[in-house]
Amino acid sequence: MSRTHVNCEVNGDAVDFLTEDGESLLNALRDELGLIGAKEGCGTGDCGACSVIMDGRLQCACLIFAPEADGASITTCEGLASADELHPLQQCFLEGAALQCGICTPGFLIAAKALLDENPDPTETEVRYALAGNLCRCTGYDKIVRSVLEAAVQIRTPA
Amino acid sequence: MKYAAPTTIDEARTLLAGDAEAIVFAGATDVVPQMRAGRPEPSMVIDLKKIDRLMSVSLDGDTWQVGAAAPSSALTSNAAFAADFPGLTEAAGLIGSDQIQNRSSLGGNLCNASPAADSVPALVVNDAVAVIAGADGERRVPVADVVTGPGQTSLAHDEIVVCFELARPAGGTSDAYLRLIPRTEMDIAVVGAGVRITLDDSGNVSAASVALGAVAPTVVRVPAAEAALVGSSLDDAALATAAAAASDACNPIDDKRGTINYRRQVAGVLTRRAAGIAADRIRTRNGQNGAS
Repeated sequence: MSRTHVNCEVNGDAVDFLTEDGESLLNALRDELGLIGAKEGCGTGDCGACSVIMDGRLQCACLIFAPEADGASITTCEGLASADELHPLQQCFLEGAALQCGICTPGFLIAAKALLDENPDPTETEVRYALAGNLCRCTGYDKIVRSVLEAAVQIRTPA
Repeated sequence: MKYAAPTTIDEARTLLAGDAEAIVFAGATDVVPQMRAGRPEPSMVIDLKKIDRLMSVSLDGDTWQVGAAAPSSALTSNAAFAADFPGLTEAAGLIGSDQIQNRSSLGGNLCNASPAADSVPALVVNDAVAVIAGADGERRVPVADVVTGPGQTSLAHDEIVVCFELARPAGGTSDAYLRLIPRTEMDIAVVGAGVRITLDDSGNVSAASVALGAVAPTVVRVPAAEAALVGSSLDDAALATAAAAASDACNPIDDKRGTINYRRQVAGVLTRRAAGIAADRIRTRNGQNGAS
């Protein structure tokens, strides 16, 4: 196994790590950088629990070979909150009870952020399509969709 | 396993030629799941996404050049491309979630050589040409000739699909792609149908292309359906003949997603509907042009 030195930016911080070439970015984030928000659900790009935004594009970290991240800018769910305040999406998920076991939540938050970055005023249908790559096995989707729509309102019209 | 990220086609080809167990990849949306499912790990994965030509989508004169590794989202977000090839854009946009759309590529969809690949029938009806880099330079091959069977292509080990060339459609031409899946999103086609139609000034079909996916080991072109459509006004009789020809052209498998008979019938229905959608697109565009 070759090991490669990867330099990238994660949640605004310059970081570097050593990784085996065949390792996934998901495992590198979790094991090398201690960012355990992104989860492995399926490991095959179906469930979205490992979603990250890399260079502005929503992707499954389980499908990214860790060395691909060299030079990239990555946002994980740990990058959503500011020092003392949750991101509106996180706050709305909490208040809307949009999670139960929580395994899928980091992926939903990141997918929702990617949507709202592109489209600050999505319809419910647009939200449902944008979250189609994220699977939840306990809460169901309705509270998640409603929480994203509420967060969109709050982001558009800050208190 | 090693990872390599060459920045030129020559560099990528040299790496590939020097290692019989190496593979190239773009989004790895098939490669990683296949390794997870137990397929032997390659000795090297060669990332094609750092090669500019494989990532660019551009209009060169009257020909679109679509990089083989460009993500589907680069097509669906390109309004000019989508206007020229609405059916191909739909097909590319049907592959997986947004997460997958940002990694999946036309080159990968073709070279993975799944019979159910959504973009391939849509590429075939648009007479797409694959530009393939090999030891003796580049060769140009109709997309229909690349896949030879499930998981099999006509490419030599050290050849790489660089890009697809798509001539801008002539006036009065449009395409459509429809697929049937058991749910509304993110599934593998039970049947896929691509149709491209050209209408003359009187609204009759002057040219037609029909290609079906997921109903045979490779994508099936249906000349009998094309012949039934050409010269017609897309009347019910012509559409019924085309649908029957499409059903007859199928050589499908029975599996949990659909029986042979079901796939045959659906192939006819989708062909007929896709032809109607392509024709509606032409009429709408002509109407808009007339009004402006």
